[in-house]
Amino acid sequence: MIENMNRRRALRGILGGSAVTVGLPLLNVFLNGNGTALASGDPIPTRFGTWLWGLGMNAAIFTPKKLGANFDLPPEIESLKNVKQHINLFTNFNTFKDAAPLMCHHTGWVILRTGMAPSPSNVRPGETIDVTVAKRIGNTTRFQILSSTATGDVRDSYSYESTNSINPPDWSPVRFYQKVFGPDYQDPNAADFVPNPKVMIRKSVLSGVLEGAKSFQQKIGAEDRARLDQYFTGLRDLERQLDLQLTKPTPLAACKHIKAPADDPAAGVDAGLVSKRHRLMTEVMVMALACDQTRVFNMGYAAETASTTKPGYEKPHHTATHEEPLGPGGYQEEVSWFTRRAMEEWAYFVEAFARTPEGDGTLLDHTLAYAMSDISYAKIHSLDGIPMFTAGRAGGKLKTGLHIDGAASPGTRVGFTAMKTLGLDIPSWGTLSNTTSKEIGEILV
Amino acid sequence: MRNSRTLAFAIGVIGVVTLSSCSRPAVDAAAQKMSDSAVTEPRATQPLRVRLMTGAQYANTLKYFFGDDISIVSPFAPLSRTNGLLALGAASAGVTSSQLQQFQRSAATIAHQIVSAEDLDLGIPGRRDTLVPCKPASKTAADDACAEKFLRATGKRLFRRPLEEARLSLLVAEARDSANRVNDFYEGLAYALEGLLISPEMVFIADTLEPDPKSPGRRRLDGYSVASRLSFFLWDAAPDDALLEAAEKGELYTAKGLAKTVDRMIASPRLADGVRAFFDDMFVFDNFDNLAKDASVYPGVTGVTLVEARDQTLRTVVDHLVTQKKDYRDLFTTRSTFMSPSLAAIYRVPSPPGWHAYEFPADSPRIGILTQVSFLAMNAHPARSSATRRGKAMREVLLCQSVPLPPPNVDFSAVEDPKGIFHTARERVAVHLKNPVCAGCHRITDPIGLALENFDGAGQYRAAERGTAIDASGSFDGKEFHDVAGLAQALHDHPSLPSCLVSRVYAYATGGPIDAASKSLVAHFTQQFGARGYKLPDLYRAIALSAAFSDVTDIPTAAAQTVSAK
Repeated sequence: MIENMNRRRALRGILGGSAVTVGLPLLNVFLNGNGTALASGDPIPTRFGTWLWGLGMNAAIFTPKKLGANFDLPPEIESLKNVKQHINLFTNFNTFKDAAPLMCHHTGWVILRTGMAPSPSNVRPGETIDVTVAKRIGNTTRFQILSSTATGDVRDSYSYESTNSINPPDWSPVRFYQKVFGPDYQDPNAADFVPNPKVMIRKSVLSGVLEGAKSFQQKIGAEDRARLDQYFTGLRDLERQLDLQLTKPTPLAACKHIKAPADDPAAGVDAGLVSKRHRLMTEVMVMALACDQTRVFNMGYAAETASTTKPGYEKPHHTATHEEPLGPGGYQEEVSWFTRRAMEEWAYFVEAFARTPEGDGTLLDHTLAYAMSDISYAKIHSLDGIPMFTAGRAGGKLKTGLHIDGAASPGTRVGFTAMKTLGLDIPSWGTLSNTTSKEIGEILV
Repeated sequence: MRNSRTLAFAIGVIGVVTLSSCSRPAVDAAAQKMSDSAVTEPRATQPLRVRLMTGAQYANTLKYFFGDDISIVSPFAPLSRTNGLLALGAASAGVTSSQLQQFQRSAATIAHQIVSAEDLDLGIPGRRDTLVPCKPASKTAADDACAEKFLRATGKRLFRRPLEEARLSLLVAEARDSANRVNDFYEGLAYALEGLLISPEMVFIADTLEPDPKSPGRRRLDGYSVASRLSFFLWDAAPDDALLEAAEKGELYTAKGLAKTVDRMIASPRLADGVRAFFDDMFVFDNFDNLAKDASVYPGVTGVTLVEARDQTLRTVVDHLVTQKKDYRDLFTTRSTFMSPSLAAIYRVPSPPGWHAYEFPADSPRIGILTQVSFLAMNAHPARSSATRRGKAMREVLLCQSVPLPPPNVDFSAVEDPKGIFHTARERVAVHLKNPVCAGCHRITDPIGLALENFDGAGQYRAAERGTAIDASGSFDGKEFHDVAGLAQALHDHPSLPSCLVSRVYAYATGGPIDAASKSLVAHFTQQFGARGYKLPDLYRAIALSAAFSDVTDIPTAAAQTVSAK
């Protein structure tokens, strides 16, 4: 019994059970002299995240004719005008199902986020790229990953720790705000820092759970032990996150107070509602990153089989991709209406990062956002040429403003390049034909 | 010997299970006399399971023990639908670190509600005086005796078995240390309670084994595991005190004791919670969580309408199957339901305020739950009906058949209608049948789905579509019908309707997909279900009393493996 208590007693000894107040002058502590690092001497962190939209594009009016810099903006992406300099567009990269069957709208995004094609015996993805990256850069923040969806549907998740372990997205802007900036939030710019005694107690309680549940772990069969081990890992992560809350956070100039959303948009996937939800979520996500509550994020604009609707048009987006005939321009006009709305939201998302000052640049300069769809031409479920973007310069490691032609090489190269840029020591990524060890050199600084 | 066992299928108030194998209760003579029929129950065992609690089970459990007014935001991720049921996904679901953060936040909120002091200014009700069974010597200091009393009882309820003394001591120490740090007994108690709520013993429903006294060298599920299986099956919540007491006394391993317990549970009003949870899962009603209709096409359908549509069907199910104890098949031909004002606007019937029982007239096209707004609106597009989706749901949800997905390279051009020449859904989907690639599947979904075309995408009745009268005739696996009433009757009479329900209930009850070895057992239950008039409580009872319900395959645990290695 006494032995069991040692961990918790040791914890209490850290601060002797008393609150510590640390006073700091604000304005001159944010950054070092040249604005490239925090006052603590730590570099401004690089963030990584994903953005997903469903049902691809109409290549004829989406894919720019010009490659490289100053690429043209065909009608379906003309809304990217204000962010073109901040993004890279990747076309003509392929994804390969190899011997597995084509699972319509599922196969493409699973490959681009895990490097491997799903199969009938293993439909759900394994570890997704955000989780892989979070293991590298997400361990020093309150949230290892923040995920949200603009669809309002908690089932629309594209983040998996393993086949059976899903990271559910936040789907309510109000709750998302509360989660990040609610009572447990510690403002890094607060004049005084008072370690919350409740956090210390919670940490002690967690230690008790870890110790007390050991006998339970012993009673579990081998097949389920991995799930229990994962639970214990989660408890230890929780302990670590509580530890962070006992430490005075580094002041962050980019971190500002934002108002809580007054209300959640009504339920439903009308494009207007989705847009409203997406923008509310984006504001919270951007400030969560600026306030260093997380360094890894996922934002879903629409599901793989997007059921987004257009007022007065009877077919939702997915149905329209299959049933709408080609119009006079040689493309599906209603489908393109949906894709244009998605691109407007992608532009909004990038702009939200770009208008958030950080250091001598913006939050976007210290971010690498990776956007992808699930398919290229949804009408025929084509996996060839699924459109992808990156946004941000990843702390100066990436060039932007480029249109890259993949020449039918694996689309996994974008994810691989992202992971290498973020410092992951991996020789290659993907399986079978999706394996790549070749970064996209054109975008590397 | 282990391959033969006998189920005494009781028709009276008390039923009994007769087994000749080693791991189930021996039938006492008194109970045997109460059975009036005996049939052989095929042998089937279940793997040892560790199920993650569902959000609904978590909420039901806490609300039962601590009150309906406890506010609970489910911290659980959506489960993966497996073999038609979300509940089966719980047997393989893990918990990520992100989720655990959510568990911790929920636990903190719940724990503080349970020990709350009344604050009229903030509108907080005082719960501590009713939920904590003792008063501390001082509210501002630790009180080990009172903390232990609360934590012993609460820990047993939440872990669904008595706490080990070492664990209890740890919790009491937590409560003590926390109370002393914040000078508040109740807040200290709340922190210890938080620890219980985020413990794996709380959120994972784990089968655990004990030596089988009747078969030396073998192990069986312990009584507490059987209690949890029963409770989550019948009530969708953790066992109550009486059930834990029955487990503690070993009553769940005597046929008489088990029958007494199962009958008590089936007679309880809480059976309605269990039945609602099962049908909400089987009917794929989680789709309602994000269902919306195009307001420009269906201006009368609001979020409230859809919430109440789901509730209407579940009320109908519970009343028909549990309260009235009627034939399951009649659920698809009944005219009886419940009506609310917002639904009455869609059904175009008068309605007083609030929910009330409602009977559609005999000549109404509303017949059975297929013609309720829930099924019709959920299996449709936001702005139009869908014969294919409705037909597919009938096949997959109600008959447990599998309709393949469209081939990835299917050519949809045939259904394009640029000139608007198709007036009705029947004309539109007819083109599916011209293409052999499409016809294979659409031939099994569309004819039955078209019988529901008198109801638009929101479930509102219509006689015509774009000025053309709707033809709702068709055939259903060889049975011709002329209208929706004919479809309802054909479904009612379909041999797969009861067998599908039985297989779903059995899988739900035992927490995992049905394997090949269990198929003959499902056939056995189906035969019994029919013989007894397709009454759901009887089916629940038969499964709960069956040998297979708690007969698990013994596999080594970590502890056993450690011993073995030594």
